[in-house]
Amino acid sequence: MIYPYIIPSILALSAGVYILGLRRAEKVATYSGGLSELHSLPTHYGVFAALCCAMPALLVLVLWMIFEEKVITSMVAGNLPADLLRQSANELTLVINEVKNVAFGGFTATSGNPAIEKAAVAYMAHLTSARNMVSILVVFCSIIPAWFAIKSIGKDLRARNLVEGAVRIVLFACAGVAILTTIGIVFSVMFEALRFFQAVPLTDFLFGLQWSPQIAMRADQAGSSGAFGAVPVLTGTFLIAMIAMLVAIPIGLLAAIYLSEYASSSLRNWAKPALEILAGIPTVVFGFFAALTVAPIIRELGTALGFTVSSESALAAGLIMGIMIIPFVSSLSEDVIHAVPQSMRDGSLALGATHFETIRHVVIPAALPGIVGSILLAVSRAVGETMIVVMAAGLSANLSFNPLATVTTVTVQIVTLLVGDQEFDSPKTLAAFALGLLLFVFTLALNFFALRVVRKYREHYE
Amino acid sequence: MDVTASRMTDQIFPIVAVGDSAEAHERMHVRPLDRKTIGSPFVDNPRMMCRDVDVFYGDKQAINKVSIDVGQNQVLAMIGPSGCGKSTFLRCLNRMNDTVSSCRVQGEISLDGIDIYHSSVDVVPLRARVGMVFQKPNPFPKSIYDNVAYGPRIHGLTRDKNELDEIVHTSLIKAGLWEEVKDRLREPGTGLSGGQQQRLCIARAIAVGPEVILMDEPCSALDPIATAKVEELIAELRTQFSIVIVTHAMQQASRVSQRTAYFHLGDLIEVGPTEKIFTNPGHKLTEDYITGRFG
Repeated sequence: MIYPYIIPSILALSAGVYILGLRRAEKVATYSGGLSELHSLPTHYGVFAALCCAMPALLVLVLWMIFEEKVITSMVAGNLPADLLRQSANELTLVINEVKNVAFGGFTATSGNPAIEKAAVAYMAHLTSARNMVSILVVFCSIIPAWFAIKSIGKDLRARNLVEGAVRIVLFACAGVAILTTIGIVFSVMFEALRFFQAVPLTDFLFGLQWSPQIAMRADQAGSSGAFGAVPVLTGTFLIAMIAMLVAIPIGLLAAIYLSEYASSSLRNWAKPALEILAGIPTVVFGFFAALTVAPIIRELGTALGFTVSSESALAAGLIMGIMIIPFVSSLSEDVIHAVPQSMRDGSLALGATHFETIRHVVIPAALPGIVGSILLAVSRAVGETMIVVMAAGLSANLSFNPLATVTTVTVQIVTLLVGDQEFDSPKTLAAFALGLLLFVFTLALNFFALRVVRKYREHYE
Repeated sequence: MDVTASRMTDQIFPIVAVGDSAEAHERMHVRPLDRKTIGSPFVDNPRMMCRDVDVFYGDKQAINKVSIDVGQNQVLAMIGPSGCGKSTFLRCLNRMNDTVSSCRVQGEISLDGIDIYHSSVDVVPLRARVGMVFQKPNPFPKSIYDNVAYGPRIHGLTRDKNELDEIVHTSLIKAGLWEEVKDRLREPGTGLSGGQQQRLCIARAIAVGPEVILMDEPCSALDPIATAKVEELIAELRTQFSIVIVTHAMQQASRVSQRTAYFHLGDLIEVGPTEKIFTNPGHKLTEDYITGRFG
């Protein structure tokens, strides 16, 4: 059973091939009159040979890992008793799962069924022999190309260019993973959202003023017919994000100005990390601070002043969320303000401007793109924040701009729609994906806008 | 290297002459025992007077008992090897050294008879009266118009838009930039060429109506043609302002200045009419420097 050790084996093999390639390159160099005669450095030849050894083998292995499940399952499924095979596709999947559970020794309810026991034994046998074969194939796929690679090492082999090319491919693949993941997420959300829009018209979703996703699951059940107007949820999101930004932008920006322009370097050196600790507090901790400490204070204060304040309010959630995102604004803004060249400040001071005039008229405008960037990042954070709102702002979707009322946000609704037992073909559950798509489109637009702003102002000082 | 050749090329870092480099090295790094300035550091009717000025960075003394006058409507050039303190001294004249927390200035520097380091003196109006142009052009990331209008705006020098337009106009004319930028006043100042940017910075300094303009190697980042334009400009500005210029290019000092001061390791070695300094220097160190024996 070499299969579990196949990756370490390939790596060890590659390391050996690297040394062989290196040796061979050095030998070639000695025969042809010194290292300068080689096209590339000996290490390039070594890396080239090692890559030729590892890459094809890993490729085969990855392909196998992707298709292993399917191949083995189809082999087992073909040999199942006829009565098990006659079932619908969904039930067949269940049977196969049971087979796997028995095979891997997991918990199962029907392990007494002899047909399944038999299939499980067959499954394990197929898996073991297939894995052994793959292991041998992989070893061949590493040794043969490596042998050819080492043979081909000569003073004219352009190993450096080949290695550079391989590095480029690896870097491209890494960038590709990030992009493909994004695309995958978008599509997975979009397909579910499209199913939702088959049940609920897009216009109802975007312009409906009532959000009440509880619908009857069975025909005889008493329940509302469901209303999927996203407007109250969106206004709740904007209301809370706005309150948060009203707290975070002034405090964060002014703190950044103080830290970068007025504070001594020793003060800055401990104050800045201290501010950043704020970003490290888990949002759920902020959430219960908001719900248990801030919200009651706001309620008492509001009641004393004669307002009607619900015990879960947008104000409490927004205030605490604002505190939470202060470090996003202050830390990034401090960096960009600090990066404004001293010559700008000198130029202004030499004209007789005061320190604050210099900051207001020269430093801030020069740092503006970065500041806008930090604010937009904070907005994205505020819009996407869930935990604080769940705990401090409530769950009911009121269409209200009153910060003292209970509101809800997009992310909170997604959570409440998806927790608990759900059926995945009712509009109620699918609404979560539509909301997710809406949120995604919104933050995408925000990022796009941020990039435009930054690009517009980027070249202004240099 | 030929001594005259190194004199002719305006080298920023003149190369030590071959042959007596050890001797030159010693002269460059050992302070003369006699610290008395020779030549004529004082003038009749001075604009600024500096007496026994010491400057320290922390414990390190950068300027040592320097006394010199800045005359009316003339250009004073300050030359000397790198690190000799000429830029430090220049920055004392409008208290730009205040921004360096470790910097300490002793002695007396007065503008029109008033001690600028006295506790009652506000640094803001002082810097409006003693303007400064920096080594690297540093236009603000604003339009050409706003760059020039910056000083008048913060000092409230104008009552309305027309007056401001007028100040911007005359400042750009005085800086010799008007013809080149009159059609694009709203475009960013950072989009100009290096030489234009430096003249924009000069226009910006002029717009506040200073009495003295300090220039810290204003041409070291410019090409020869832009340098020639700025030098021409300095010659014209002299009729209205007193100018102190720090330069590494001795040719430039001889072209634009009436008086030249030679600094060496924080000491003011010699001051005199430019012609005399460059043809008949009174001190061995001055002579060695201007003949390119060290740099």
